[in-house]
Amino acid sequence: MARGATARGSFDASTVVSWVRGRGVYVAFVALVIFNLIVTPNFASVVTVRTLLITVSPIILVSLGVALAIGTEGIDLSVGSVMALASAFLPLYLGYGWPVAVAVVLFVGALAGLVNGSLVAFVGVQPIIATLALLVGGRGLAQIFAGGQSLPITDPAILWLGQGSLFGVPAPVIVALVAILVVGFLVSRTTFGRYVVAVGGNRSASYLSGHPVRRTLLAVYVISALLAALAGIIATARLGASDPSNIGLLIELSAITAVVVGGTPLSGGKVRIMGTVVGALLIQLITNTFISNDLPFTWAQVLTAAIILVAVYVQKGRGNA
Amino acid sequence: MTTRPADTEPTTGGGFAWRERLFTTLQKRGAIAVLIIVVAVAALTFDNFLTAQNLQNIVLQGAFLGLIVVGMTFVIISGGIDLSVGSILALGGVIAAQTVQAAWPLALILPPLLCGLIGFGNGLLIAKAKMAPFIVTLAGLLGIRGLALALAGSEPIRIDGGSAFVWFGQGQIFGVAVPIVFVIVAFVVGGLVLARTSYGRTIFAIGGSEESARLMGLPVDRTKIIAYTTSGALAGLAGALLAARISAGDPNGGLAWELDAISAVVVGGTLLTGGAGSISGSLAGVLLLSVLQNLINQLGTLGSYAQQLVSGLFLIAVVLVQAYLKRKQRS
Repeated sequence: MARGATARGSFDASTVVSWVRGRGVYVAFVALVIFNLIVTPNFASVVTVRTLLITVSPIILVSLGVALAIGTEGIDLSVGSVMALASAFLPLYLGYGWPVAVAVVLFVGALAGLVNGSLVAFVGVQPIIATLALLVGGRGLAQIFAGGQSLPITDPAILWLGQGSLFGVPAPVIVALVAILVVGFLVSRTTFGRYVVAVGGNRSASYLSGHPVRRTLLAVYVISALLAALAGIIATARLGASDPSNIGLLIELSAITAVVVGGTPLSGGKVRIMGTVVGALLIQLITNTFISNDLPFTWAQVLTAAIILVAVYVQKGRGNA
Repeated sequence: MTTRPADTEPTTGGGFAWRERLFTTLQKRGAIAVLIIVVAVAALTFDNFLTAQNLQNIVLQGAFLGLIVVGMTFVIISGGIDLSVGSILALGGVIAAQTVQAAWPLALILPPLLCGLIGFGNGLLIAKAKMAPFIVTLAGLLGIRGLALALAGSEPIRIDGGSAFVWFGQGQIFGVAVPIVFVIVAFVVGGLVLARTSYGRTIFAIGGSEESARLMGLPVDRTKIIAYTTSGALAGLAGALLAARISAGDPNGGLAWELDAISAVVVGGTLLTGGAGSISGSLAGVLLLSVLQNLINQLGTLGSYAQQLVSGLFLIAVVLVQAYLKRKQRS
């Protein structure tokens, strides 16, 4: 988060500019929060913050995985369809108890990640195409398994994951927090994290340095799919029913937006976990701001697009296009 | 058929030259070969597959996507990508539906013009501001969809069936549906420009190595801007024609079409890394997607879910075969 801290001694204009450049997403988020505090009625309430955090939790989970993929100079478009697969499989195995159902769903997620990862790491297919195939096919598969139906979820343990809370903190937020800590730890404190960045920075150099390039890529896509499956469970639990047609639809766009706005360059070699999280919060807050002020929702999309462009343009100044 | 401008690899290696050439040809012409096989099998299996009516349906189904694919091929060969085309198509349809009452020629002219302008904006940001094409057009995908929805008030806008404009979607010229005529012209012109003009050569050069193209003194920025402008204009035109076809401008139209277009281009043998590809391959790619969809409809027992699954599996299969052939080519 505070990596690459700039010299704080002198305080001239260029220091300010470069400081803002490195943290554009935080500045934008704080500005939007202040704007909301002034304009939006009842913004500073527990309910508002709770709603924002619960809604953003699945997006954060998915974004973390996409951030890893983008860090390796790849991308994962299939996350929404993996969520749909998770949603389709969850009710099918709840009869054997929730641990079995969750295990099966995570297994399916891992399998999807293995398919993506193998195509990217071993066959050498471009990530955008490899994961595009699963984006297109995965949701169809999910709907076939679900028989085109939406099945209700009655298991209290699963429902708690979506609707319950612990010490006042909603369960989805807890799951997201744990995921942020785990992925953050992986990225900044482990060899695996170093490999991810090295592979993304220069794949052949990384290979020549003896890094396990293929294993790293495989692991990244499996982790991404696992996180997406987890997000699928939470979204399904929140809804109280499986819905493979709609769960996770177009979430890959929100995730990519969050990652990119958060300062992870598409060209790889860098992963910003906190930036990604705040990026996800920012785009969800934009949507919420429009809704709670009765503004036409469609313009929120236009504003999000403008923010992506500005954020990326500003960050570009640091030398990684 | 188009020639292979980027094919400058020397055929060294004596006895293995023919194998090398075979694999190269298969990789680049694979889509056409598969298309011929699929059509042959379908013709033998289904009695009503090879009827003029069904064939016209297949082509018409792919016509609107086909217009987008022509632009997408240029963009991808130049080493870029255009994710905004689906949203631009929706915007084109909405513009057409809103201007058709004022004067129907406006509905045909304004969408490609305004959407071309949006493509020009994409091109400027990519070529001049040096922003990643994926990001710029992703922002376009989100923002332009929002714009289309806002303009249309989130509801499809009906077009009066009595308007002359509707002919461009539903009429025929010598028994051929008008959108098909448009897409044929687009493919012929696109193919000629790509294979026979210096502009086309420049596109290949940029996709091969942008740095080298720049050092050779080629007009890199201008070429890229023109490619994205064309892509936007064609998507807008496709939107207008589709609106004329269904008598409505649908702000939700063209959802995820950018992915279909990319699939068609990749299936057609164009490399996503840029620098190689052909318009004829993309044409085969579009037709292949259309034929598959038609066959799935004919089978009837498969739902729309299975259709998605088949499309996904098919894309993987093609990519795997391409990767295999490419490896053979190298060894």
